[in-house]
Amino acid sequence: MAKITFIEHCGTPHTVDVPEGTSLMQAAIGHNIPGIDADCGGAMTCGTCLVFVPPSWAEKLEARSEHERQMLEFSGKDAANARLSCQLIACPALDGLSVQIPESQG
Amino acid sequence: MTSDHSSTHRVVVIGAGHGGGNVVALLRQYGFGGPVTLIGDEPAAPYHRPPLSKAWLKGTASAQSLALKPADFYATQNITLRLGHAAEAIDRDTRRVALADGSSIDYDTLILATGAHARPLPLANTARPNVLTLRNMADADRLKHALGAGKRLLIVGGGYIGLECAASARALGADVVVVERAARLLERVASEPIAGFLRRHHERNGVRFALGAQIETIEGEEAASAVTLVDGRRFDCDAILVGIGAAPNTTLAEGAGLACDDGITVDADCRSSDPRIFAIGDVVRRPHPLYGRSLRLESVPSAMEQAKHAAAAIAGREPPHPEVPWFWSDQYDLKLQIAGLPFDADTVVVRGDPETGSFGVYHLRGGSVVTVEAINSPPDFFAGKKLIASGKTVAPVELADPAVPLNGIVA
Repeated sequence: MAKITFIEHCGTPHTVDVPEGTSLMQAAIGHNIPGIDADCGGAMTCGTCLVFVPPSWAEKLEARSEHERQMLEFSGKDAANARLSCQLIACPALDGLSVQIPESQG
Repeated sequence: MTSDHSSTHRVVVIGAGHGGGNVVALLRQYGFGGPVTLIGDEPAAPYHRPPLSKAWLKGTASAQSLALKPADFYATQNITLRLGHAAEAIDRDTRRVALADGSSIDYDTLILATGAHARPLPLANTARPNVLTLRNMADADRLKHALGAGKRLLIVGGGYIGLECAASARALGADVVVVERAARLLERVASEPIAGFLRRHHERNGVRFALGAQIETIEGEEAASAVTLVDGRRFDCDAILVGIGAAPNTTLAEGAGLACDDGITVDADCRSSDPRIFAIGDVVRRPHPLYGRSLRLESVPSAMEQAKHAAAAIAGREPPHPEVPWFWSDQYDLKLQIAGLPFDADTVVVRGDPETGSFGVYHLRGGSVVTVEAINSPPDFFAGKKLIASGKTVAPVELADPAVPLNGIVA
């Protein structure tokens, strides 16, 4: 279990318990957290489950695959901190992580 | 009806596909507090349909992994599911939906998300147990049963459904022939460079094509056992998959007297000709703010966008910004992503070498990108999508040169 906080673009936080092995995208969908669309359901095709992760957490996360890196190349000025939340799988190391949801997933 | 809705304002949604499944969730996200009921004619709660022709056919997806929302979602969000119930009629005077089992549900606001159905083959004697179409899980299960090593699948239609199923059927060891009426694949929905590349890729994977070909007869007593083409060619088969497009499910709407024109006609907020009734998804013809014309789009992202517009209007929120329409298709190890619509382009630019299996095709009009098609190249897709949204003028010669970084072209 990991406690994850999703922060909406407007600043509203949502803290949820995510079971180990569940992706942050699945957790956000399950808790109906606004701003995560996840059109493709985790096939890494749509890029609509994007979140921004604080740089201080980057080392604790599994590195981006080449495909994920390509999917995120044009995600704006904070692209270096962008992740697809379908690729972030909850584990004890992620306990306490806060991620920022962008204004829109378009 | 909108911002002053009380907690007694009843929203009823007919159709539990992507549009219906998402609009009920979005209503809650947008703070709508009234009773919400989702009616679906299939027994399953809303699920992802694109994997039906891929992971589901190949047996690598489970009902749980396909589900649009987790099982306890609807209860925790206070959404009532009425699954396995077909809606039969809408009485707009009493604001009541009649279900096939004789019961009825009253609404204050109704959302139609009834989707589309597969167009049947325009031939006699096609009602056979092994002449199949693919729209839902039951269809996919029938198709899955017909596939396996050595089975012969004949696919009518070289569109996305046909090509995705061809790839999955090959992965399962079936023999595949695709019969397409047009001279090339994906004639209405993808450019020639993409269609040609996909044809060669399928052929390398053992798929045979009959292009510019039409079926004359289907043979077999009860089950189809072979087809004969107008040009005389004949193919034995164990099953036939018909993938020649979809038509909107407008029967309910037409029966209720709502305006329809190859789809339920709605405004930008997805409101139909009755202000108490919205419609979203494949069944809808909507004026697209980025194109200045009415479009009926069959895609998950479009259903999602329309669900946001309808939910925002009902919950009394500002409408979301318009999105560039986009589509995807997975075949073998290929990911095809398309943004924009193929209207009136005057210049086509290929970026990258198709032989590498990763490239982008940009379509420009008056110097601006209007459509991008990317094969295994997300940067081309996302850069193209940004260029479409911005309308920026770009130099085709730069776009065609992979040595010129996309970042600079987009900025």
